[in-house]
Amino acid sequence: MDVFLLGELAINGALVGLMYALVAAGITLIYKTSGLANLAQGAIAMMGAYLTWAVASGLGVPMALAVVLALVMMFVVGLAIERLALRRMAGQPVIMAIMLTLGLEIMLRGLLPGVFGSAVKRLDVGIPQAPVFAGEFLINRATLYGGIISAVVIVISMLVFNSRFGVFMRAVSDDQTASWSVGIRVERAIAVAWGLAAVTATVAGILWGSNQGVDWSLSLLLIKALAIAILGGLDSIPGVLVAGLIVGVAESLATGIFDPIVGGGTRDVVASVIILLTLLIKPHGLFGREHIERV
Amino acid sequence: MFYRRAGIRHTTYRSERQLWPLPFDRALVAIIFVLLVLAPLLVGDLYLAGYLLPWVIWSTAALGLNFLMGGAGQIHLGYGAVMAIGAYTSVHLVRAGTPLEIAMIGGGLASAAIGIVFGAAALRVKGLYLAMATLAMQYIVDFVISHVPAISGGTQATIQVPPVRFLGVPVAGNAATYYMALAVGTIVTLFMLNIKRTSLGRALAAVREKDYAAEVIGVGTLRYKLLAFWISSFIGGVVGAVLAVCYLRSVSPDQFHLELSIQLVAMVIVGGLGSILGSFFGAALILFAPIVFNNIIGGVSDALALPISTDLRAHVPLVLYGALIIGFLLWEPLGLAKIYANVRDYFLVWPFRHARR
Repeated sequence: MDVFLLGELAINGALVGLMYALVAAGITLIYKTSGLANLAQGAIAMMGAYLTWAVASGLGVPMALAVVLALVMMFVVGLAIERLALRRMAGQPVIMAIMLTLGLEIMLRGLLPGVFGSAVKRLDVGIPQAPVFAGEFLINRATLYGGIISAVVIVISMLVFNSRFGVFMRAVSDDQTASWSVGIRVERAIAVAWGLAAVTATVAGILWGSNQGVDWSLSLLLIKALAIAILGGLDSIPGVLVAGLIVGVAESLATGIFDPIVGGGTRDVVASVIILLTLLIKPHGLFGREHIERV
Repeated sequence: MFYRRAGIRHTTYRSERQLWPLPFDRALVAIIFVLLVLAPLLVGDLYLAGYLLPWVIWSTAALGLNFLMGGAGQIHLGYGAVMAIGAYTSVHLVRAGTPLEIAMIGGGLASAAIGIVFGAAALRVKGLYLAMATLAMQYIVDFVISHVPAISGGTQATIQVPPVRFLGVPVAGNAATYYMALAVGTIVTLFMLNIKRTSLGRALAAVREKDYAAEVIGVGTLRYKLLAFWISSFIGGVVGAVLAVCYLRSVSPDQFHLELSIQLVAMVIVGGLGSILGSFFGAALILFAPIVFNNIIGGVSDALALPISTDLRAHVPLVLYGALIIGFLLWEPLGLAKIYANVRDYFLVWPFRHARR
């Protein structure tokens, strides 16, 4: 296998990885504030894509407006999920809350294709199909734009963490009771984290939807996002960026190298292997903080 | 009034510590068991093979998962993969000429051996990571099974289960398969009922409540967690073999995908974590609610001439699983078993409600 093909796979993989990382950023955001992994993140991305499609084709508004409307709606959906479901789980074992998000994932995965029809929807956000030639390399334009947009959104969310509000969120993630006692509104910080996570997921859903069409399979982004979040350490946004690149490149190279040998399907298992290896070798990920548990 | 307690005096520890101290409960269990045994005579073949048999098998699987989730407090999102390992191992053993009884044990051992590896990987960390590791297990096992021709016979292949005999009786026809499933289900149920009263069950309860505290009082956390994984995976493997031999009659990789794992997790949560009765309730609700609901939707759409798309009806089971999980976690985290317990508590002192504590 020649070096150029590998290079091409690596570049495209890195861009795809950035698009996965956008979903993972939402998981990290929620983990940082409320300490639970949101297993519904893939389904929320799917929901965002479906909503964008529904607004664009149902109301007939221009795509740019539809995207903005969908983002606003999904922010509200994120708030609503937190307010109606997750907040009631406060004080329960964290495993219960995780199972609640799993239930949400299952329900959304049935509800949206059920309501809007399970046929693949075309979501055209105006990215041209023609590939980009960078020297010798052939780069898929959709993943190029998607990767750049994802990187920008992740960097913005990093900047948000440095704002006044971001300081609130970091305080909440450190110690909920202590932040409460100094006057930070913990519930609001967690709610906004859910809203922002839903928004980043929606951006990812739209990018992936324009790439491969909108259907239930968008919710499968969850497993890649989990792999990235775990490899990055679950509570570090720069970790998400780095881990996204690693997972994307690994997946792309594995697909290119092993698929001809085993006959396809490697793409789906790389993320699982990365999760397992991370847990075996470095359970707290590349950039995660180790938690010390007290009885 | 029902579940009468008046006049029942236990004079020995033995009688007080039996499984069902109240005669009413004992009679209820006996009647239900007799009904289940006589079921092939009482109900038609369609109901036996289409409803009772899957209910018994899925209940047994839910019991195995409940042992891990409710008994030891470890989440497992890849139980379908555990069952797949058991099913494939036992079917291959049977095809190689091993008696079914030994093949089932072999399937269980294979599941336990592989399941414990994934459990061990995750037990360095906790809850949340365990969920991820078992989810990864589901995908990896799916991949290995469908991509290794020696196991699955190819990506699209199905492997037929040859004619087998269980304890000397040929497993063919509805009654024989039902009795085999019922026998395995009964053994697993008795095991689960009794394990809570052993030192193992108490150690697991300690680990479930707070593993660091358990370690402090001398319960080897890692050891008991791994043991719980081993036992639960073993049961899963055996049930996978039963599922393949009695219900599916041929195995293919797509029968054990994430959907099966999700179905089982839903059964355990809806039924009630850690409850044996709940596993049976949960299996019944999760298996039959989509069918009933679909029929209702069909009836309503016919009666009112509403056009309800086939897409929507095809997705009813998923929506229902999700809604049931969310609903029970929010409003009755202890599941259907708790609802039954509430009803039982009510009737325990009915009509003297003031006598309740």
